[in-house]
Amino acid sequence: MRHLIDITDFTVEEIEHVLDLGDKMIADPAAYRECLRGRILATLFFEPSTRTRLSFESAMLSLGGSVLGFSSADSSSTAKGESLMDTIRTVSCYSDIIAMRHPKEGAPMAGSLKSYVPIINAGDGGHNHPTQTLTDLMTIRRQKGRLSNMVVGLCGDLKFGRTVHSLIGAMSRYEGVEFVLISPPELKVPAYITDELKRKEIPFREVETMEEVMPELDILYMTRVQKERFFNEADYIRLKDTYILDPEKLRTAKADLSILHPLPRVNEISTKVDDDPRAVYFDQVRNGRFVRMALIKTLLEWEEMKA
Amino acid sequence: MNIDSIHSGIVLDHITAGRGMDVYRFLKLDELDCPVAYMRNVRSGAKGRKDIIKIDAELNVDLDVLGYIDPGITVNIIRDGVVVEKKKLSLPEHLINVIHCKNPRCITTVESALDQHFILKDRTHGLYRCMFCDAERKSKALR
Repeated sequence: MRHLIDITDFTVEEIEHVLDLGDKMIADPAAYRECLRGRILATLFFEPSTRTRLSFESAMLSLGGSVLGFSSADSSSTAKGESLMDTIRTVSCYSDIIAMRHPKEGAPMAGSLKSYVPIINAGDGGHNHPTQTLTDLMTIRRQKGRLSNMVVGLCGDLKFGRTVHSLIGAMSRYEGVEFVLISPPELKVPAYITDELKRKEIPFREVETMEEVMPELDILYMTRVQKERFFNEADYIRLKDTYILDPEKLRTAKADLSILHPLPRVNEISTKVDDDPRAVYFDQVRNGRFVRMALIKTLLEWEEMKA
Repeated sequence: MNIDSIHSGIVLDHITAGRGMDVYRFLKLDELDCPVAYMRNVRSGAKGRKDIIKIDAELNVDLDVLGYIDPGITVNIIRDGVVVEKKKLSLPEHLINVIHCKNPRCITTVESALDQHFILKDRTHGLYRCMFCDAERKSKALR
């Protein structure tokens, strides 16, 4: 059975297929309005989320399907002590596909071992967030017309930023991509990711200020320092305002730079940047719904083909 | 120093000098009733020095565990005083319930039914990753 746990579970061609389908859905949403009638998506959110959960639900409803699920571990049998594996087995009897978010890293992978239906990882702790990556890839491709040959700057919390980890994994499969990793030393990308880049001989640099690299960037991917990932609040307070993107810092940026952010933002991008045509983070939100529509449809089609 | 030859059992040869006790503990040899001989710093042509363990009983040794601790070990199976099989070890592709994930954020820390499953990512550096959270562990032998 096919799941989406890590973005690299899909080949480059399979990702292109999902992005192409997403583009078609944006162009003509009415053509897909009824295509999943009678199918059920379960959204199991063991950790709070607004955007991702609602975008999954909106995606399934836009395809004519139905949605069930819960939005916090407190309102599930987890509160009674039920194991994740039992919860997944149970819910996979009630649904055709599951989108799950969990604070523990590897939880969707664990769930996929027992599920009777495809599992989509909607975020597992600070580990991975592949559907945000599909959203990011779609946004970049719609902006640039390609996913190869560009300098991608990632800025902020690169240690716990699961969207960053997934995006590096995905973009490193395209030719001519160079990464610039902008973070304070305490929030650097985990070693397993930079080791992988070294092994694949993909160029990357680690720097501490965005100003020094701004003129080179084709993509600037900003991230929030996530309070919920810190065991120590003092560390969070010390690091939370390390990077704030404002019009002054963008003065040296390329005219065709694309500024992305997985949202929600706190104050790492000044609202003064919102009207800059290079800011595309609200386009990402819209793309997120369509790319999730394309993903759900694709995974269910693969299941049907297997049957 | 003389140690009797064993009649039927296992000889773990070419253990990296000083690592014999790790092997002894991992295989829980202290729990066996049969004779077990542990020799340290034995002269070795190839390695200079080595450790050797002789176990005078036929038992199933977890070769994955041994390969992880010290992939240079040779396992000799002895029957009726004759070596009937020699096995050269290497780092196993999968390690299941041999080592534990130390990442406090990993799902394996709260789901007790899950196997502790590590996958070999880099043979040269003896690097394993947790199948669930990607946390790294290095083979003891290559530290």
